[in-house]
Order: sequence, then structure tokens, then C-alpha cells
Amino acid sequence: MTDIGFVRSELVTARPAPVRTTGAIAWAQKNLFATPLDTVLTILGLLFLAWIIPPLYGFFFGNAVGPNGTVEQCRMENAGACWAYIAAEMEFFIYGFYDIPEQWRPNIVFALGAILLVPLLIPKAPFKRTNAVLFIVVYPILSYFLLAGGVFGLKVIPTEKWGGLLVTLIISVIGITLSFPLGVILALGRQSQLPIIKTVCVGFIELIRAVPLITILFMASIMLPLFMPQGMTVDKFLRAIVGVTLFTSAYMAEVVRGGLQAIPRGQYEAASALGLGYWKRMWFIILPQALKHVIPGIVNNFISLFKDTSLVYIVGMKDLLEAVKTKNDTALEWQSANTATTGYIFAAMVFWVFCFGMSRYSMYMERRLNTGYKR
Amino acid sequence: MTTREMGHDAAPRVSFFNDPVIRGIIYQIVVAVILVGFIVWIVGNTAANLAAQNKTTGFDFLWKTAGFDISFSLLPWSRGSYYWEAFLVGLLNTLLVAFIGIVCATVLGFTIGIARLSSNFIVSRLATVYVEIIRNIPLLLQLFFWYFAVLKAMPAVRESIALPLDSFINQRGIFVPRPIPDEQFGFVWIGLALAILGVVALRHWAKKRLEATGQRFPVFLTSLAILFGVTGLFFVVSGASVTFEPPVLERFNFKGGLALPPEFVALAFGLTIYTAAFIAETVRGGIQSVNRGQTEAAQSLGLKENDRLRLVIVPQAMRVIIPPLTSQYLNLTKNSSLGAAIGYPELVNVFAGTALNQTGRAIECIAITMLVYLCFSLLTSAIMNWYNARVKLVER
Amino acid sequence: MQKKLVTLTATAILGLTAVSAQAAILDDVKAKGYVQCGVTGGVPGFSAPDSNNVWTGIEVDFCRAMAAAVFNDAEAVRYTSLTSQERFTALSAGEVDVLSRTTTWTMSRDTQLGISFVGTMFYDGQGFMVRKADGIESALDLSGAAICIESGTTTELNAADYFAANGLEFNTVVFVDQDEVVKAYEDGRCDVYTTDSSALAAERSKFANPDDHIILPEIISKEPLGPVVRAGDTQWFNLARWTYFALLEAEELGVTSANVDEMLGSDNPAIKRLLGVEGDFGTPLGVTKDWAYQIIKHVGNYAESYDRNVGPATPIGLERGLNALWKDGGIQYAPPIR
Repeated sequence: MTDIGFVRSELVTARPAPVRTTGAIAWAQKNLFATPLDTVLTILGLLFLAWIIPPLYGFFFGNAVGPNGTVEQCRMENAGACWAYIAAEMEFFIYGFYDIPEQWRPNIVFALGAILLVPLLIPKAPFKRTNAVLFIVVYPILSYFLLAGGVFGLKVIPTEKWGGLLVTLIISVIGITLSFPLGVILALGRQSQLPIIKTVCVGFIELIRAVPLITILFMASIMLPLFMPQGMTVDKFLRAIVGVTLFTSAYMAEVVRGGLQAIPRGQYEAASALGLGYWKRMWFIILPQALKHVIPGIVNNFISLFKDTSLVYIVGMKDLLEAVKTKNDTALEWQSANTATTGYIFAAMVFWVFCFGMSRYSMYMERRLNTGYKR
Repeated sequence: MTTREMGHDAAPRVSFFNDPVIRGIIYQIVVAVILVGFIVWIVGNTAANLAAQNKTTGFDFLWKTAGFDISFSLLPWSRGSYYWEAFLVGLLNTLLVAFIGIVCATVLGFTIGIARLSSNFIVSRLATVYVEIIRNIPLLLQLFFWYFAVLKAMPAVRESIALPLDSFINQRGIFVPRPIPDEQFGFVWIGLALAILGVVALRHWAKKRLEATGQRFPVFLTSLAILFGVTGLFFVVSGASVTFEPPVLERFNFKGGLALPPEFVALAFGLTIYTAAFIAETVRGGIQSVNRGQTEAAQSLGLKENDRLRLVIVPQAMRVIIPPLTSQYLNLTKNSSLGAAIGYPELVNVFAGTALNQTGRAIECIAITMLVYLCFSLLTSAIMNWYNARVKLVER
Repeated sequence: MQKKLVTLTATAILGLTAVSAQAAILDDVKAKGYVQCGVTGGVPGFSAPDSNNVWTGIEVDFCRAMAAAVFNDAEAVRYTSLTSQERFTALSAGEVDVLSRTTTWTMSRDTQLGISFVGTMFYDGQGFMVRKADGIESALDLSGAAICIESGTTTELNAADYFAANGLEFNTVVFVDQDEVVKAYEDGRCDVYTTDSSALAAERSKFANPDDHIILPEIISKEPLGPVVRAGDTQWFNLARWTYFALLEAEELGVTSANVDEMLGSDNPAIKRLLGVEGDFGTPLGVTKDWAYQIIKHVGNYAESYDRNVGPATPIGLERGLNALWKDGGIQYAPPIR
């Protein structure tokens, strides 16, 4: 055997990829100018951006009056957004008419909410169960007494004085914590074998889902006093919460039902075979799986609920949007061409931050829970 | 169920209260009693309250004259009209804005949904930004913004912007000439009907031919030709003509012509923009839901890009898209009730608002309004069930 | 633990639902310690909150006067702003004790809604506001003009009647919320804004340039505005009614918040009776003997309230007109206290 063959003992180092497949140019070619149509679209898109960005930049930053500005600056020709107005009225937008010396109370409620909510949202954080109980049961009650006062020597602050972001957050948090269990019960009822329970649940869900929230709130504001015994009145705040909760729970029920239907029959049968009763079967076997499936849908419902709180002005609550509108109309000292627009933009930004945050979280959970195969 | 059968086989050792059947009955009785009790309680309270307020109930008010004005109406309306006419006016206004909104939102939503999937970086990012901004802001806020922004941006009546074809746009809305067809115009409608029949027949024939011979026929272009050709022919031959009544500036505003008030424009615009963002997501999800293997299989069959989309991807995507799409349509219709906040006279504004206040019949007015929306919803789900049954995958 | 939670939840919910037994309103009010007063969402001069939620206005003063009569404290009032749609249900359901919210006294309201009008605090009439630049001089020029109106008011029907009676073309834009009505008019959606002429003046004072707008001379309706209470409770009704009369009587007798303490020593028997120096008119009303003294001390008389809130010296600038006392050529007239 002579050694005539040449066998390489190590690999040749790879040559760099052709210039045209990497780097900015290639990226642009692939993503911007792949076809003639793409080129046209890219150019149109760039033109659109060139058309829209400078005025927007000018309005929001360039010509805008900063938080320390004055109303005279806001009234100047070509002035952009009047952030000074927002800064000046910020207190009202957050707390409404809540007594100023007592504003530490909502602040504690906000802080407590954040402290309880954040670990609840982080999947790896420990003590989930305790945390959930604290957030869903203890927190709302504690918040109520803290905000309303009347105990421990706290000054009584009637709900008429609550307003702004405070109201928006309270209604949505309470709406969320109440509508979720209600929705699960309705969904279970709808899947039930018992005809009367099933009919009641289906009727409720379909009726509520069929009508706009505005009519339900109208009912709460105009018809509810008729339904109550004479002399019994329901606080507007409670009406708003009841209206929003009933509305959302019907939608929640449909989402949960989707999850229940996605559970294979085998799971139900296996649970029965273990001798578990209905509630144990649901609580330990079915619901944990079903709810996991529909977390994105649930979060989407929460987003809708959060946006829908802007309608509670119908029952006379001053939520964030209503607070902004009130100030737009009544803050004479801040009257200028862009005051109202700035107010609306501010409200939009606040709503957007919350809703966008929730939707990102839902996508994150979706990815985490998506254990199926993907290409 | 299983436990019950077991119970029959073995000795009936299950105690009376643990029998699921009996328990079920007990549960149901409890629910029914609570529910009935609740309803009786509410009805009793309501009756007592109404009696204390000296109020009467009933639907007789529908046949009383309304005495108020409605700013935008598709039906003839005067202050001598009846309440039931007010109801119809509100209903039609709701349907009108919903219809326009649905058409526009579908077009915009599909465009944006497809744009989000575009390989073009700028186009897909723009679409994403649009969807993420619009979806996460309450519709009511958007409506206020559009309504008052549109009002502010528009010129006063005397400085109206003149558009081509005798149209004008100002703070009071958009004014276009009103077409007034003459008597001969009936023939054109007949022509149009015939053309539509022809198109249906053509499609049927083309499909049969495709199945029999595999040959394709350019159905779309031919259909267009038939529609325009036949209708145009009838128009020319019958000697029909259309005159236009242009809007004329009077002391306060334009008279004559067709007027679209800004409330309508803002509401339709706001609903379109808002719903389109949701439709775009639906469309994106639908297209993405089609398994990649389908694309690959279609490619390996040698189908061209166009055919691949048209014959393989879209039909499958539509099955996923249509059910959520209809619920978006329903949402849009329900959301049109927010028009009340910006003064558009739709059902809630006219009937649950003005009529309710002038008559004081809260229960009746709200009940009728809710019933209308319930009918919309039931109708939609009936159509959906029919559609789902039709497109259901027939598996082995 | 669980039991405690349940109890606490129940307490929280009950805190938000008030059950008042079928007792007299006055006893209820005394028990809870304040008068719940239904007001507008903000009509300057009548009832409007400032940036610290301190409510002022002639109608607010009425509620404060009632609180002064009951509690000797004009600040023992809580305000609920109500839309015109919900005001009557709110009153008859007991959400508010007195409705003082630019409410027009009409026969159907008085007899069909289970409520009672106390009197006419303010004689008003419906008018029209237009932009000066439009050169309109009379309501008869308004044929075809776009008119902004708040829904659910007598205004809506009055305007329709007036336009029909004069053969004018009627063209409205109707909003549920008064703020939107004004904003739409201001932004140029309408040529005309119509409501009670006092409210027109009040809204005009809020505009950036009030002088660009004029109020037309025509008054097309009678709009007697007054406080309203639930029907069936005579004691509360009497207290409300005599609070109103006390305000008028004090003006007639020249008793003001500034001189009320000196007036205690007055020799005029009418003043003595009013201030409770002579006789006791308070106890039959369910309040103290010096009820009217407290009202005048804390709130002032009718003229003071008027001048402070809507009078010529305020941005609203309304002359007394019909609202002057009967002896000054107006029609405000209080029965004697004796």
C-alpha cells in the first residue's frame, strides 16, 4: 500500500459568503427591493414616512410646549402639543376630585397593586397561590376600605370624588377579578348536562354578548333604580362595576368554553375513572389544562374590558377619558388651539401603554405555553 | 353517566343524596327557584316603583307623535311623525353606518393583514404599527378625536372646499349632487338584473366545464364585460337619462343634493379604522394558519404563485378567517351605538336616548333596543352555522 | 379567616348600596349627616365645580341653604352630577334628596313622575345663541340653520314647536351630553345653540371670545327652573319650599349675611319672626328655631346668591329681570312668615 491518495486531515475554512447575500445591501435587496412591486411599495412607504414624520415630530416634540411651559406659549401660532396643560392637570387626571391631602391612599393602593401583580405575572416567581388569593380577594377589599375610608379613623371620601386613572384602574381590576370566576362558572354551566342550568347560562351569555355595552350601562343608570326596592340606592361606582363585570363575564365564558372543548374526552373519562366528583374533576384535571390553553384569549378580554371602562361615563363616573374631557371643556385658563387634542392624546397614550403591555404579555405567555411543534 | 350505569349493576349502595341524577335535579330546582324568585322580586319592585311614580307602561307610545327632529334620516321625517317611525329611522341609520363601515373595514383590514405578512420590511412594519396603535386605544376616544379633529380641520360653510362634480366639503359635511333618474331608468335596472343572472349562469357553466374538461375560462373578465355591456346597452337603447340636482349654497348651508353629516363621516371613519385593525389580525392569523406543507405541495404540483394563493391558500385560510370576521362585523354593528356620543342619530341615540327621555318609557325603549341587537346577533350566528356546516372539512 | 373575608366583602358592598328605610327624608338626612344634592355636570352660575371640586352657583346655594337649615352648616352637602336623562329616576329612587338642576317645572313632570316642584328659583326662557359674524338679528332668520340641542330636554320640543309655528325649516344636531353640544357649536358644527337663555349666557362666559357670540332677543318659552323633591314627604317638601321663601323674605326685609347678627336686635317684627327671635317657626319644619338665621348667615339672601353667581357683575352678567322681587318689578314673591 503506497500512500498515493491525498487525504486532508482538517476542514478548509469556509469562504466568506458572497457579498450580495449578507450585509446591508443584501438585506435591502431581499427585504425592500425584491421585485419591482416591492420597490414601488418601498418608495411609497418611504414617501409616506417622510410626509408624516416631520409634522408629527413637530407636534409632539419640536414645537411642543414642555411640561414647564406656560399657556401663552401654548397659544402661540404654530405651537404643538401643550404638555404643560397635562403637567398642570395631572393630579386631576390621576385622582379626579380625590381630596389632595388624602392622595397617599390611592398611592398606596397603586403601589400595593403593583407589588402583588408583578410576581403574579412572572411565571417563575414562588407562592403563586398565596399571591393570587392576596390579589384577588384581600387586595380589593383592602383597597376599598383604604379608598373609601370610614374605618381606622380614615376620612370618608365618597365615590363621587374618585376619578381619573384611579377609577379606570379600579373598575378594570375589579372587573377582571370578578368576571374571570363568573366566566368560568358560566362556561361550565354551558357545558353542563343539566338542561335548566345549561339554558340559563346559554341565555345569559348570548343575551349579553348580543347587545352593546352602552345599552347595559344605560340599564344600570336608568333602569336599575326601578328594579330596586324603594329607598334602596346603589352607588354609581358599584353600578359601573356590575355592568362591566356582567358584560365581560359573558365574553370570558365563551373563551373558557373554547378551552374546555379543546380538552380531549379522554381526560374527562380518565378523571371519572379515578372516581373524582364533578368539582374535583373540573378543579384538578380539566380547568388547569383548559385555562392554560386560553390564557391569550383571556388577556385579550382584559384588554377589551380595560378599553371599555371608557364607557362608564354613562353612569356618571369620571374615568380617565371623562376626566380629560371635563378638563378640556372647563379649564378656561388653559384654553388654546391644541389643548383638547393634547388631552385626548395623553389619554390615548395612557390607555395604549396599559393595553399594549397586556398584549405583549399575552404573546409572551402564548410562546411559553406553545409546546406544540412549529416550523 | 358512567357512575349511574355502575350504580345499576352493583347493589344500589349510593345514598339518596349522592345519586348524581337526583343531585342534578336538586341543583336545577335550586337554580330555577332562585332565578324565578329574583325575577319576581325585580318585577315586583318595578311595579311598585312605577305605581309610586304614577307611571304607566305599555307600547302605546309608539303610535304617538314624536314632536322632535332627527338630523339625518333615510326616511321622510317630520316632527309630526310617530315614535315607531323614529325607531325605524334610528334602525336604518344604524344599518347604514354599519354597512358602510363593514365594507370599508373589510377592504382596509384585508389590505393591512396581507401587508403585515409582506416580505417588504417597510410595508410590514407600517402595518404592524397601525394595528398596534389602533387596537390598543378605546374606540370612544378615537371617535371623539376624529369627530372634533375633523370638525376643526374643515372650513366653515362659506369657505367650503369645492370638489369636482359640484361637490362640496365643509364643517357641515360632504355634499354631492343627487342623481334623479327618469322613468325610462327602470329598463336599466332590468338590464342589470339580466346581467347578474347571466353572470351567475356563466359561472355555473364555467365550473361545470372546468370539472369536465379541466379547461379554465376567464370568468372574472367576462363577468365584468357582461355586467357593464348589458347594463350599458339597456341604458343607451331605452334612452334613459339621469339628471343631477347639485347642492346649492343658501344662507346657512347647502340645500339639495345628498348630504353626509360630519357625525356620520366621523363614525363611519372611526369604526372602519378601528375594526380594520382587528380584521387585519384575523386575516393574518388565517393565512398563517394554513400549513406550510400546503404551500410546498402546491409548489411541487407546479402551481404558479398566483394560482397557489388563489386555489390552495386562500380557500383554506378563508375557512379560518370567516367566523371571526363575522364576529368583527357584529362588533362593528354594536360599536356603532357609540355614535350617540358624537351626535349621530343611530338607534341608541334616537330611541334609547331622545324617545326614552321624551316619553319616560325607560323599560320599553331599552327592551326594544336590546331586542334589535339580539336579532342582529341571532341572524349572524344563524348565517355562521350555515356557513360552518358548508365548509366543514370532510375527512375520511 | 374565610368568614372574616366574607364579612369584609359584604361590608364593602353594603357600603356602596344604601338602604334607607321608608322613614322621613329629613330623619334620613339628619342620620347620614349631609344633604345629597343632584346638580348639573357644570353650568357656571347655576351649579359648577371649580378645580378643587368646590361647587358654586345659585342652585348649589339652595342646597347649601337647606344644609344650613338642617345642620347649621352650609358645607354639609354632597353633590351628584346627573345628566338630564337620569335626573328624575335618581330623585325618585332616593339617590339624591333634592334635585337642584336647571329643571323646568312642567305639568307632566309635576304630576306624572312622582316628584314635586318646590318653587321657581329662577324664571327663565329658551333663547338662541349665534355667532355675531353671521349677521343674524332675529330667530325668524334661522330657517335652515343647523341647531345644536341637548337630548331629553324640553328645549328640544320647544324649538321644534317654534320652528313649525313660524314655518321655518328645522335642522338639528342632537347630543346626549351638554358638553358635546357646546363643543360642537363652538367648533362650527352648528349655527345656533339653543337652551335656557340663562344657560346660554353661562356657556357664553366660558368661550374664548364671548363677544363673538350674541343671544337673540326672542324668548320662545317659559322655563321656570326650580328645585325638586320626591313627592309624598310633606315635611321635607315644606322645608325645601320655606328655605326658598326664607331666601326671598330675607332680601325683602334687607337682611344679609353681613348684617344678620345686628338684625337679631331689630325691632321689625317680621325680621324677628324670620330670624327666630320671636316665635318658633323652625320646630314645625323639623329644624331649629333659628333655621332662617343659619341660612342667611351661611349662604346669604336671594339677592346675594344671585349677584354672586349670575348677576351683572359676574361673567354671566344676567340682570334680575323677572327674578327681581315683586316690589322691584319682578315676580319673585314669598308668602309671609307668620
